[in-house]
Amino acid sequence: MRWMWIDRVVELVPRQKLVAIKHISLAEDHLHDHFPAADGREALPVMPASLIVEGCAQTAGILVGHAEEFREKVILAKVGRFELERDAFPGQTLRYTAAIQQMDKVGAATSGTIELLEHGPTGTTVAVVGRIDLMFSHLDNNMSGEKFPEHNFVFGESFKTLLRSSGVAGAW
Amino acid sequence: MTRDEIFAKVRDVLVDALAVDEDDVKLQSRLTTDLGAESIDFLDIVFKLEQQFGFKIAQGELFPENVAQDPEYVKEGKVTAKGLTALKARLPHADFTKFEADPQISKVAEVFTVDTLVTFVERKLAAK
Repeated sequence: MRWMWIDRVVELVPRQKLVAIKHISLAEDHLHDHFPAADGREALPVMPASLIVEGCAQTAGILVGHAEEFREKVILAKVGRFELERDAFPGQTLRYTAAIQQMDKVGAATSGTIELLEHGPTGTTVAVVGRIDLMFSHLDNNMSGEKFPEHNFVFGESFKTLLRSSGVAGAW
Repeated sequence: MTRDEIFAKVRDVLVDALAVDEDDVKLQSRLTTDLGAESIDFLDIVFKLEQQFGFKIAQGELFPENVAQDPEYVKEGKVTAKGLTALKARLPHADFTKFEADPQISKVAEVFTVDTLVTFVERKLAAK
């Protein structure tokens, strides 16, 4: 399994905002373990909140990485706030919007919203179901001065494929 | 802005950044050992102070930067006399008096208290 928790970048305003979507599918194995039927209780496949955080972090991380053309190793360093008001189920779509609040050589602070898109017979309804504040560290400029491998192990092939398939141009 | 007003705003920043109770934030509280700040929290505090007070804080202006990697400044885990002189010059808002007695680099973060932040903001606003 690839560790990609967004399917497509749908909007990018460099250094400001990135919007990505994640379709939830029953073909994803983890949904069958979260939660399986047990003790007389029916199975309840729900998108794990931890993976929603990861999707938000990938959305915001790409935005922060893109700002410096992916030269920086952008690492999620802190979840300052995460609120989720509703569960997300297979067949629904999550839409993550990330915005850079502050950024310098050491890292960046972002804020984000989580929307749930419900696809019904008469169209798609959209509801804001969560908010998230994240902090990212530019690993090579970390405050401790610790050294890391030169190659950018954060933004690997999976990320490049995602950006290419989303039509995000770049020389990286 | 009075020192008390600055303290109240700095306390709000720390409550938000470190998820601590307002009552736990006292002038003498150390950011790390008393309030639980970890390395990324220092960047969070810098960002939130910038937002709260409307000024820009340069890298290394509030907290020390890459001191441990300079062999002239740190030898065998301790900050050298040259290192201490540099730290004091770069960070005039911090009080290194206690640290000088046992200048282990691993304890340099303990120098930074709520009072350090208040003094930093006070100086920064005065210089505006």
